[in-house]
Amino acid sequence: MSILVYIEHAEGSVKKTSLEAVSFGKALADKTSGGEVIALALGSISDEALAIAGTAGASKVMHVADGNLDAGVIQAHADAVAQVYKQVGANTLVLSKSSLGDAVAARLAVKLDAGLVSNVVDLPDTTGGYKVKRSIYTGKAFAETTVNKDHKILAVKKNAVDLLTNGPEATVEKVSLSIADENFAAKITSTDKAEGEILLPEADVVVSGGRGMKGPENWGMIEELAKELGAATGCSKPVSDIGWRPHHEHVGQTGVKVAPTLYLAVGISGAIQHLAGVNSSKYIVVINKDPEAPFFKAADYGIVGDAFEVLPKLIEAVKAIK
Amino acid sequence: MKILVCITHVPDTTSKIQFTDNDTKFDKSGVQFIIGPYDDYALARAVELKDALGASLTVLNVGEADTEPTLRKALAIGADDAIRVNAFPTDALFVARQIAAIAKENSYDLILMGRESIDFNGGMVHGMVGELLGMPSISPVMKLDVEGETVKMAREIEGGKEYLEAKLPLIAGCQEPIAEWKIPNMRGIMSARTKPLNVVEAVDSEVATDVTAFKLPPAKGSVKLVDKDNVEELVKLLKNEAKVL
Ligand SMILES: Cc1cc2nc3c(=O)[nH]c(=O)nc-3n(C[C@H](O)[C@H](O)[C@H](O)COP(=O)(O)OP(=O)(O)OC[C@H]3O[C@@H](n4cnc5c(N)ncnc54)[C@H](O)[C@@H]3O)c2cc1C
Repeated sequence: MSILVYIEHAEGSVKKTSLEAVSFGKALADKTSGGEVIALALGSISDEALAIAGTAGASKVMHVADGNLDAGVIQAHADAVAQVYKQVGANTLVLSKSSLGDAVAARLAVKLDAGLVSNVVDLPDTTGGYKVKRSIYTGKAFAETTVNKDHKILAVKKNAVDLLTNGPEATVEKVSLSIADENFAAKITSTDKAEGEILLPEADVVVSGGRGMKGPENWGMIEELAKELGAATGCSKPVSDIGWRPHHEHVGQTGVKVAPTLYLAVGISGAIQHLAGVNSSKYIVVINKDPEAPFFKAADYGIVGDAFEVLPKLIEAVKAIK
Repeated sequence: MKILVCITHVPDTTSKIQFTDNDTKFDKSGVQFIIGPYDDYALARAVELKDALGASLTVLNVGEADTEPTLRKALAIGADDAIRVNAFPTDALFVARQIAAIAKENSYDLILMGRESIDFNGGMVHGMVGELLGMPSISPVMKLDVEGETVKMAREIEGGKEYLEAKLPLIAGCQEPIAEWKIPNMRGIMSARTKPLNVVEAVDSEVATDVTAFKLPPAKGSVKLVDKDNVEELVKLLKNEAKVL
């Protein structure tokens, strides 16, 4: 018996959210005598970069170094994961929620005849049956979900467990698979992706601007504050609808759901649909000139004031403590 | 060409989420139900494709009788006919099996739905249907064009997008900005009343997962306000109290 963790990588490194999934697998194994925690990586990446999965709790990494898997072709990844899952005799698959992870997990639930739970926020309760706590209604509630299958797939939300960093580096074992052509039926023709940017769904700090920022020309302040805080930048839906900011920055019910330790909202009113995307944040700071803005009710800290006066001072104050 | 759009019947985005029966049931009192916002994007794009390509457009919901007004709304927006699989949608795999059974019977070329429902947010049904039918399933799709047998798509990935091509038939989980939400007009609403809405029984399906209890998050404490002329104080609080800097 073992726990397989599907890990993603970008720009030569394992994603932090995937390392969290490894730590989730490790905590699950410790809790349930679940056996070995094996991380699985697909596509080109160096052994040194993969060894870090050990520090997060994996006892070894299996690597399918097939260049055809560099692009995240959903069916091909699902097929590869299913093959390795069966090879190692796993009974649980853990992965981190992401655009690829979700799509792959869904196909695997059918392939592996497994009970799948998404948006998992805590370790399963196995005292009677197998109960998993997951986030529902876009963060407005939780559901305790009982899994009635021998095989389980858990798609884990950011911050579900603490990231472990103190394990020994893991050895990397190469696996070669044969993946049938039909799994490459959908072809990725090109990718258009920001390089070297902190990505919104994975960020620990997010600075977001709303319509109160008045126009795209004023985003310099948001970006500067984000840079000082090591943060990703986000925005409200109207801001991306009007085209002030790219669509992938849109946070909320119909956009990206974030779960940072700190979410800083500037000139955003705090409509319920925006809050739905940020309610898993640990701390929320709101800057708004309207003391009645609904966002203050969801905030931990706030400043009632004009963003154009407050932001420059805030940037200086953050610089000053560094 | 035959298009199927699967829609969810979900609480309006402004609904207060509450539970009854000892936290085992969703409390529907006072809640407005709508077409899931992501499904609404899928439907809007499907109506555009129907008009452009002369396709037929069926909408499908797995749900009990109270979801019919939501299906009628989809008919008013532009679907030709509707199917309701008469069953409570217990979990994603159950719903996927129902959709796959209907799809097998009717051989749709394109199956669209939202990237996720806004009640359970699983985002899994399209992938499961894809696997059950042996078709590509692409999600979240923000652009979708059909050129002959080829579908060209843009899919959102962390920090950007990915462009894809695949042949019909296929399944896509949709999100904005694939199309603009459509509001039904008077003519649509009138004609929706007489469009066919067929009710079929569910195919057998085991329950792989089921919800045994609901819970609300703890209430948020009140906000600590810092004076706008004392911004340094905020940074101090974040550093020393919240310990996030
Ligand atoms: C089905 C549905 C789904 C939706 N999904 C989303 C979603 O995913 N994400 C989302 O964000 N929205 C979503 N919305 C829209 C949402 O309802 C709000 O309209 C939107 O969030 C408002 O954006 P905003 O706060 O930037 O703009 P506004 O509501 O216009 O608020 C601007 C705020 O800026 C403040 N302000 C103005 N000037 C200044 C200044 N100089 N300094 C400081 N503050 C200032 C104002 O006091 C105000 O509070 C959705 C709506 C629907 C119906």
